[in-house]
Amino acid sequence: MQGTALIEIDRLNLFYGTFQALKQVSLQIPQRAITAFIGPSGCGKSTLLRTLNRMNDMIPGARVEGSIEIGGTDIYSGDVHVETLRKKVGMVFQQPNPFPKSIYDNVAYGPRLHGITKRRELDEIVESSLRSAALWGEVKDHLKRSALSLSGGQQQRLCIARALAVGPDILLMDEATSALDPISTLKIEELAQELKDRYTIVMVTHNMHQAARVSQQTVFFLNGEVVEYSDTEKLFSDPTDRRTEDYISGRFG
Amino acid sequence: MSHKSDQGQGRSTSTSASTSASTSAAALDTGAFKRRSGAAAASNRLFDIFVWAAGICIILFILGLLFMLLRKGLPMLTWDFLTGLPSEIEEGGGIGPALFNSFYILFLSLAISIPLGMAAGIYLAEFAPDNRFIGFIRICVEGLSSVPSIIFGLFGISLFVDMFHLDLTILGGAVSLAFLNLPMLTRVTEESLRAVPPELKNASLALGSTHLQTIVRTLIPVASSGIVTGICLTAGRAFGESAVIILTAGVTTSGSLWDFNLLSPGETLAVHLWYVQSEAIVPDAGDIAQKATAVLIAVVLLINLTFRVPLWIRARNMKR
Repeated sequence: MQGTALIEIDRLNLFYGTFQALKQVSLQIPQRAITAFIGPSGCGKSTLLRTLNRMNDMIPGARVEGSIEIGGTDIYSGDVHVETLRKKVGMVFQQPNPFPKSIYDNVAYGPRLHGITKRRELDEIVESSLRSAALWGEVKDHLKRSALSLSGGQQQRLCIARALAVGPDILLMDEATSALDPISTLKIEELAQELKDRYTIVMVTHNMHQAARVSQQTVFFLNGEVVEYSDTEKLFSDPTDRRTEDYISGRFG
Repeated sequence: MSHKSDQGQGRSTSTSASTSASTSAAALDTGAFKRRSGAAAASNRLFDIFVWAAGICIILFILGLLFMLLRKGLPMLTWDFLTGLPSEIEEGGGIGPALFNSFYILFLSLAISIPLGMAAGIYLAEFAPDNRFIGFIRICVEGLSSVPSIIFGLFGISLFVDMFHLDLTILGGAVSLAFLNLPMLTRVTEESLRAVPPELKNASLALGSTHLQTIVRTLIPVASSGIVTGICLTAGRAFGESAVIILTAGVTTSGSLWDFNLLSPGETLAVHLWYVQSEAIVPDAGDIAQKATAVLIAVVLLINLTFRVPLWIRARNMKR
């Protein structure tokens, strides 16, 4: 396991009402690397991802036990503001979801929320975010155009730029390529590779090959539990748990 | 945006399907792509014809109605009629004060009901817990929006005339009209906010916005087209409302054109129209009614245009 752990999850239980979606999950997520969550549908991988920026808070009846520390701070403790947490932990969703606004206003949305109003400052953030998301070259001449005029893959990179614009340390990608065509998917994967030098990336994917291609660490979930997690290479070549082996060899899931 | 990408994918798969179909066409039964026949096709065609015919009939009916209503009144309109004072006995009375009161009462009632109605709609869509009590409230709001307007007029009387001893006033009319508008505005706001895709709300929250910021910067702008449409319909209905105004603001004006006094009697154009047709003894009552009708319709159309054109322009810009 390379790097130091940035996120430490300790015996996390999550309930939706009486249904327990996560059971005693403990794992460490290293800094400046890509960690992939894999597992069959309904195994809790997306649920765990959404606890990292507390998007589960909005679901009525959701309850969390145990702890998640990011950089040593328990994000579920009382003095953590969910807004400042989400500023540091950005998220990209399964469906590209740009706002029905211009490309510029999409990227500037986050910085404006956090009080940046000076035009020049916003211009700089928009440009650097779009460059980081490998979209600047394609859109620099029509930033005023509607974000909805972009292709699906471009929209998803715009969403990445939008997430980067608020200056996060961690980027969560919730099956961010599953709605995209193979070429757009490849671009997002390449982008993730570039971004991991500056950001800690956690991605949920239903595509094992994607996990094997891009991640450094892989976590395998089953029925709300972490079955196994280790270096991606090791998990795919030499899994310790029988269930992991069954899953990656395609015997179920 | 998701629709767009879905369509794009749908198109690409269908084109690839059709190319593969054409390459393997030789192997297919040549009759396979002939027009379907039989009961399903016949009823489908019948349905098409029916829908088209119904649509054309409705459009013709509406255009015919508009034409008949405007045909006599519109050519007779003069500036003097629009700004002149009404006359009780002689010919040539105008509708100035009534027209002014219409706008004044409409403005006041919207100024009261838009903030309240939108706030209630936002509460129901975004804050209200999902329980039976709120469900009951929702049913009440829906029920109120279909209550006959005269009930609101009677309520206005008992509130302003009987309780506050205010007589028939612009204030009473405006507030009673606001009550009439409230349930509609609440419903429209709630429904428009609920129609905003949850992905957009999540996107905003995931960027670290507060609930309020998400409502103000994402939900309301995206829902604005629905909300504005609702406000237009409400404003149009309120502009033409007569029962509430007759009971709460009266059938007379103070007699001067620009009377901002909230405690003056406030006959509106719609009420004036009713009054000249049923009570007035002026010889040109019929003409006045024709002209007033034309003005009433023109103003309602104008309200819709001024509110909706900016929305059309914005929607067109967003599609590019």
